[in-house]
Amino acid sequence: MSVVTLRELKPGQTAVVVKVTTGGELGRRLRDMGLVPGTPLKVIGRAPLKDPVEIKLRGYNLTLRNNEADHIMVEVEQGA
Amino acid sequence: MSQSQVTVALAGNPNAGKTSLFNALTGARQHVGNYPGVTVDKKEGEARLDGEPINIVDLPGTYSLTAYSLEEVVARNYVIGQRPDVVVDVVDASNLERNLYLAVQLMELGVPLVIGLNMVDVAEQRGMKIDPDKLSELLGVPVVPTVARTGQGVQELLRAAVDLARQKPDWRPLDISYGADLDQAIAELAGILEGSTPRHGLISARWLALKCLEGDHEVLESMRQDQNLASRLEPVRQRVGEHLKSTLDDDPESVIADYRYGFLSAITRQALVLEREVRMDFSDKVDRVLTNRLIGPLFLLGVLYGVYQFVFWASKAPVAWLETFFGWLGGAVEATLPEGLLRSLIVSGVIDGVGGVLGFVPLIMFMFLAIAVMEDSGYMARMAYLMDRVLRVFGLHGNSVISLIVGGGISGGCAVPAVMATRTLKDPQARLATILVVPFMNCGAKLPVYSLLISAFFAHRQADVMFALTIISWTLALLAARLLRSSLLKGRQSPFVMELPPYRTPTLKGLLIHTWERTWEYVKRAGTILLAVSLVVWALMSFPGLSEQDEARFASLAAQAQGEEDQKEIANQKASAELGGTVAGRLGRALTVLTDPLGFDWRTNVALVGGLAAKEVIVSTMGTAYSLGQGAKKGADAEPLAKRLQDSPGWTPLSAFALLVFVMIYSPCIATLVTIRRETGTWRWPLFSMVHNTLIAYLMALLVYQGGRALGLG
Repeated sequence: MSVVTLRELKPGQTAVVVKVTTGGELGRRLRDMGLVPGTPLKVIGRAPLKDPVEIKLRGYNLTLRNNEADHIMVEVEQGA
Repeated sequence: MSQSQVTVALAGNPNAGKTSLFNALTGARQHVGNYPGVTVDKKEGEARLDGEPINIVDLPGTYSLTAYSLEEVVARNYVIGQRPDVVVDVVDASNLERNLYLAVQLMELGVPLVIGLNMVDVAEQRGMKIDPDKLSELLGVPVVPTVARTGQGVQELLRAAVDLARQKPDWRPLDISYGADLDQAIAELAGILEGSTPRHGLISARWLALKCLEGDHEVLESMRQDQNLASRLEPVRQRVGEHLKSTLDDDPESVIADYRYGFLSAITRQALVLEREVRMDFSDKVDRVLTNRLIGPLFLLGVLYGVYQFVFWASKAPVAWLETFFGWLGGAVEATLPEGLLRSLIVSGVIDGVGGVLGFVPLIMFMFLAIAVMEDSGYMARMAYLMDRVLRVFGLHGNSVISLIVGGGISGGCAVPAVMATRTLKDPQARLATILVVPFMNCGAKLPVYSLLISAFFAHRQADVMFALTIISWTLALLAARLLRSSLLKGRQSPFVMELPPYRTPTLKGLLIHTWERTWEYVKRAGTILLAVSLVVWALMSFPGLSEQDEARFASLAAQAQGEEDQKEIANQKASAELGGTVAGRLGRALTVLTDPLGFDWRTNVALVGGLAAKEVIVSTMGTAYSLGQGAKKGADAEPLAKRLQDSPGWTPLSAFALLVFVMIYSPCIATLVTIRRETGTWRWPLFSMVHNTLIAYLMALLVYQGGRALGLG
């Protein structure tokens, strides 16, 4: 069990959101899209230049920039 | 419209099928307007239930009801201010939890709500089956399953909405618990608000209290109007904020969101009667390929090239028909009316002006069709995903690429549809930057000028020069964007966070409606202003006419002339003299003070002034100015002009290249300026664009000409 930021996850890895460490517009937007503590997510892939990242959560696909992913603390699931 | 006509407002997340539902409900009985003061489309239409008309308002698609994005403010203010009889929230059944987040907020507001549980077919394919009755029972609002794309359940949904509206229910805000700390603070704030003057109308005090804690800009702003009220609210806000910070290391805003999602997960878990794991759905498989590191960019390039080819290929014939038609019309008027001002006004002012507006229509139509296909299929979002990293360096957004290509990034586009295409950009600053750099691209109207000058001075290196121009335009556009974003358009970057909707086959009906409404908007709005401005440019290039003396001189010359050739030559000289005497001609001469260092003579200047109306005008005006008559009109027959330029002493390959660069960059044509006005909502940006581009054009041409001369090239 280790807590890292979403940026550090590799494609195919699954994790659970622990905390969103930003407020303001970005924080609001992330929450509106369902990124709240306890949400499971999976990294689907990254764009050709490694940024942005594509994730799957709550049954849909979402993309965000790496510097936005920095604000999402996740707990990596064991064995993934 | 009768007083008792029911108004139904459609709310919902983007990609939840709201537009499909709107189209299914209203068919062709819809129109697009604007919300006052903002450039968000307001779509209204009429549905029929048992023969009775029902008013349908399509609110902008939003994920939430906060006051962060323009769409959200518009949607919320409509619901609060206009109080529709009922709101239908279109919810994507395959993505229930996130979609219901908006529903919860509508319920907190208390508006009479019906949920359209859309895309139940997709949900089932993805292994999810939802019990609508159970969901309705848990949420306490009617739920109707639908498949808006096929029309299934749409009438039932409308009936449920109208039934609810007819009962004229009171607004009943939903109370959910946000935890002990917040619940207490909300009660306290609501108490204060309730005691205050009741000028917040019918909005519940509890909702306002909730918004205060969420730090909602709009609500806080309105509270601060009342010093006394604000001074009582603020301490409570601060106290609970500090308390949460110290106990949970969190802020009220995110705690509220957590509780909302908690409330929803409990409900969706119960309403979901069947869920089986689907290994990997179709959309993810497609994405594997289309966003692959190698195939992705190549496919993207292919799509862009394909779109570009398709649009110009498909619009070629209709554009030619329109040109022929207006040419014929002009000819017919020319043949009927006697020579003079009226004829010139009608032919060169009105017919050419209207022709200029309508000439773009096929181009715009096919462009919007292509964009609609990309949007409705879900590929547009992937394009942004693939391109974002590159364009972000220049302060642009992944989606800017489409506008740059349409504007002539490969050469031969058009800035008008390109500027309109920036609507897909959600980041306002990046959007404005994109709008302002699109005119640097090599649009189709600049090509006749290029081909004239290239054939005259660079006949042996045509491809090289064309390629160089393309590279220069991209370089300048990206650098200008970077510059704008670090000066005038500085400011925070909007979050990129974006849904990648599943790939879908677009419906023909949806595509046609999208294409039609955007095309019509262009004709309607750009048309009137463009015609007026064309008339002004016509006047500049027609007044004042020749003096009586000169008229007499040309008349006597014509009388003396022998043979047809001489007659023609004299008529051409007369036209040239006429043009030289007009306001535009005088302006051209006056401008030589500025343009001498660039190597342009007065004739070129007049052509450039005329080019403001449309870049196509440059070649034909140069033809007139160089006494070649209208033979060179529309670049149809540029050869004698190219020959004449080669023989003119002032012209060198260097001055030609300086002119090429200048034409590429200087002020956008009027059609583009009008479109920029339309898209930005103020005249400030088109004016800025005019000045800014002309200035850069001047500096670049100066650099080319003087630099070239210093290197001994001229």
